[in-house]
Amino acid sequence: MSGDPSAKTPSLTNGPGAAAILAAGIGSLTLAVLAIAADRFPAVKSMLVFYKPTGALSGVTTVAIVIWLAAWGGLEIRWRNRTVALGLVNWLALGMLVLSILLTFPPIADLF
Amino acid sequence: MEITARGLWTLIHGMGFGALYLLACSGALMELFRITAPSAPSNLTRGQEQFLKGYLVAMAVLAWSAVLTGAYVIYPWYRAIPRAGVTDLSGFPQRLLLANSGTAGWHSIGMEWKEHIAWFAPISITMVAYVFIRYGRELSNHKRLRTAVLSFAASSFLAAGVAGFFGAMINKYAPVQGGGTIHLSAGAEK
Repeated sequence: MSGDPSAKTPSLTNGPGAAAILAAGIGSLTLAVLAIAADRFPAVKSMLVFYKPTGALSGVTTVAIVIWLAAWGGLEIRWRNRTVALGLVNWLALGMLVLSILLTFPPIADLF
Repeated sequence: MEITARGLWTLIHGMGFGALYLLACSGALMELFRITAPSAPSNLTRGQEQFLKGYLVAMAVLAWSAVLTGAYVIYPWYRAIPRAGVTDLSGFPQRLLLANSGTAGWHSIGMEWKEHIAWFAPISITMVAYVFIRYGRELSNHKRLRTAVLSFAASSFLAAGVAGFFGAMINKYAPVQGGGTIHLSAGAEK
């Protein structure tokens, strides 16, 4: 038998994993919300033109990536050695991801 | 046999990065599911674990390469606006699609969705790679972490699939062409 007696007892806290998961949801939702805002408000659209040939997409994605990484870093520092309620984190993160996919679908995005 | 410079970049973006990423997704999902299953045998070697870590990092690199070349190399050519009076829209794919009610939807739904949903693939797979690098085989002891990792990996597959499908269809109806011509080989006339 090659079974490791500690195999069923996590030796690492789930905090760092939870931070990465929740941040991915936050980053995705930020991108979807910014895409709608840029489409809806001309002022927001022009503010998000970071690279003219790509248009507002450059700002939408850059800002979303910055917020994703900032959220990840912040949550990582906060949860590094902690065990968090991962059920809630999963629901929030997957909910934000599914919502993001739906919100970027043009027939739904155009409702706003 | 020849290809335009823009056509070559589109090939690198779609076939080189995008399609390879989609192919890699099925392998990653299968291995993540198998290796991190609570009932999986615990005789996974360090080499096998390292291989999957490297595989996931390579997937993240592919996904980021696909969206960055798409947004910053090809998209500007796609959305270029012709000067007034230009009637040949073959060098202006977005305008070409919008000029015909039968193809306008490939832009208004296809490209509009593709240009945003594609970014969920690299965000998701970067998270998946990080979590697997950090936890490795021990992920099987964190049931909920494993559920989230598999869900995000599947979502990244979906996002890349939607982007890839619309990319292929848009390039079929309004290919990104132009730039210099690259001669690949001389064919014999029959």
